[in-house]
Amino acid sequence: MQIPAARDPVSALRETFGADILHVKEFRGETTIVVSVWRLPEALDFLRISAGLVYNMLSDVSAVDYYPDDYGAAFDGGARDFRPQRFAVSYHILSLLYNRRLRVKAFADGEDPRLPTATMVWPAADWLEREIADMMGIVFEGHPDQRRLLMPEDWFGHPHRRDYPLGKETVAFSFNEAEIRKHKPFARD
Amino acid sequence: MAVAERYQSIEEQRRWEGSFDQLRGLVSERAITGETMLLNMGPHHPSTHGVLRLLLELDGEQIITCLPDIGFLHTGIEKSIEDKSYEKALPLTDRMDYLSPMSNNMVYASAVEKLLALDVPERAQIIRVICLELARCASHLVWLGTHAIDMGAMSVLLYAFRERERILGMFEMLSGQRMMSSYIRPGGVWRDVPADFLPTIKQFLADFPAKVDDYEALLTRNPIWKDRAQGVGVIEPDIALAHGMTGPALRGSGVNWDLRKAQPYSGYETYEFNVPLGEHGDVYDRYLIRIQEFRESMKILNQAVARLERVQGPYRSENRKYCPPLRSELGQSMEAVIHHFKLWTYGYDAPDDEIYCAIESPRGEIGCYIHGTGANKPRRVHFKTPSFMHISALPVVSKGYLLADMVAIIGSVDIVLGDCDR
Repeated sequence: MQIPAARDPVSALRETFGADILHVKEFRGETTIVVSVWRLPEALDFLRISAGLVYNMLSDVSAVDYYPDDYGAAFDGGARDFRPQRFAVSYHILSLLYNRRLRVKAFADGEDPRLPTATMVWPAADWLEREIADMMGIVFEGHPDQRRLLMPEDWFGHPHRRDYPLGKETVAFSFNEAEIRKHKPFARD
Repeated sequence: MAVAERYQSIEEQRRWEGSFDQLRGLVSERAITGETMLLNMGPHHPSTHGVLRLLLELDGEQIITCLPDIGFLHTGIEKSIEDKSYEKALPLTDRMDYLSPMSNNMVYASAVEKLLALDVPERAQIIRVICLELARCASHLVWLGTHAIDMGAMSVLLYAFRERERILGMFEMLSGQRMMSSYIRPGGVWRDVPADFLPTIKQFLADFPAKVDDYEALLTRNPIWKDRAQGVGVIEPDIALAHGMTGPALRGSGVNWDLRKAQPYSGYETYEFNVPLGEHGDVYDRYLIRIQEFRESMKILNQAVARLERVQGPYRSENRKYCPPLRSELGQSMEAVIHHFKLWTYGYDAPDDEIYCAIESPRGEIGCYIHGTGANKPRRVHFKTPSFMHISALPVVSKGYLLADMVAIIGSVDIVLGDCDR
C-alpha cells in the first residue's frame, strides 16, 4: 500500500479553517495551534482522518489556568504568547504513521468555561476530559458522563484552579499540639 | 436480627440502601428492574491491584457493564508541584507509579530539561538507561507475580519477588532508597554509581536469564494458564488506539509502537534491541510480550554496562545555573557557594511556556505536560499516565467476558492505582 506523503498540519488547517486558526506557535520543536472553540471538534476530526496528517492517537488532554493576570489584551500573540482568555485546554495528538506530535489548543472564558467535547473523535478523551471538568471546572458540552472523576462527588470547588488555595497543615510540636488537636477535624466528629 | 429491626424507620432503611437514580443511563434498564445483578468489586479486592472499585452489571456470570470508580488514591501531586520549585517537586513524582519510580523521575526530569533546554552528559544518559531498564524488570516482576496469583498460580510470586529484591538492592546502592529513589534529576542523575555497583549488576545479569526461563517453565506451557489466558480479553488494535492504550497492551494487539524506538530519548537509538509484538491481543499475548521484554531489557543492560565502563565524565550537567556544584568545590570556590545557595533556596526560573514530553514506562507511554510561569514554580504540571488510560478502557475491553476473566484482564493490562489517581 502506498502511504501518502506527510502534509504540514499548519498549512492544511489554514486552508480548511481559515480565520478560525487563531495562532500558531513553535517552542522547543513543538507546534501549538490555537483553534476557535466552536470549530475545535471539527478541527480535531479533520486532523485525525485527513490523508497526510492521520493523527490517530490522543496522547493527552491537559488544561491550564492563567489566573490571575497572565492573559488578556497584553498577550495578543506577540512575544508574550497568545492567551485571550483565562482557561486553555490542550489536546496532545500523535500520529503513529508519520511519527510526530501536535498540540491543538482552545481557550475558555473565566466566568463560565465551556468547550465542546472531543469524545466523538477519540473515545480516549472521555476520562481525560472528565478529569479536567472535575479538577478545573471546565464544562465539556455533550460529554456522555459528567460525574466527577477523582474528587468525591460532594466536593466543593475545583482544586487545579489557580485561585483554589493549597492546603497546609501546621506541624505539631509539644507546645502547640493541644491547640492543633482542638481545631483539627478528626474522624470521630 | 431481622432487617426491619436494624433501622429506625423505612426512610432510614431507604437511605442506606441507596437509590438507582444516579446509575440511570450508566447501567442498562434491566439492572434497575433487578433482572441483572449489580456487583461491587473492590475497592479492597486483592485482584484490583490497589484501590480500584468496579461496579459490574452481571447477567449470570457475564459482564454487561463495567463502571470503574477511581480517585481513592488521589493525593493531589499535580497541585502540590505548583507550590514547589522544579527540583524540589521531583520526590513527589516517585509516589505516582510506585512500582517503577525511575520512569516517573525520568519523564519529569526530561520534561524540565526540555523546558530549560538543558544538556545531559553521556555518562548520565547511560546510567539513566540502566536505571530505566532495571525499573522495567522490577515492575514486570511484580506484575508477573501478582498476575499469576490472581489466576491461581501461587508460587510464581515468591520467585519473582526474590529477583525484584536484588533489583531494589541495586537501587538502594545507587540512591540510598529501595523504592522512592528520586535518583534521576533534571540535568543528569543525583550522583555517580558507587564502586560496588558494577560487579553487582554484572552478577545479576549473569543470573537473571536463567530465572526468566524458570518463570516460563512454570507458566508458558502450563495448560491451566493457557486455558485462563488464551482468547480472553482480546483488544482489537483499532480499539486500543482509539482508547489511547500504549505499551504492552497496545503491542499485544500487534501495533508496533514503542517510544524507545519511535521517538528515542536518553540515547536509546544507539542500543540494539527488539520490540516484541503479539498477534491476538489476548491476555496470553500480553504475558508473552512482558516475558520477552525481560530478555530485551537484558540485552540493553548488557550493552549499557559495557558502555558505562568505557565512558567517563560528569554524571550531571555542568551548567551551574541549573545543577548544583560538586560538594568538593564548595570549600574552594565562592561561585560554587553562591550557586549552591541559590539552587537550594530559590531554584531556577523556567520560561513562561509549555512543553509535553513522553517516555515509554513499563506500562506504556507516560507523559508530562509542564507550563512554566517565568519564575521558579510551574503554573501547571500534568501527568498523562498509562494506568489512567487503561482503566478508562476497561469497560470496552471486559464487555462480554465472564467475571472470573475480569481478574485476568485487569492483571494483564497492568495497572497501578497510584499511577492512575496521582
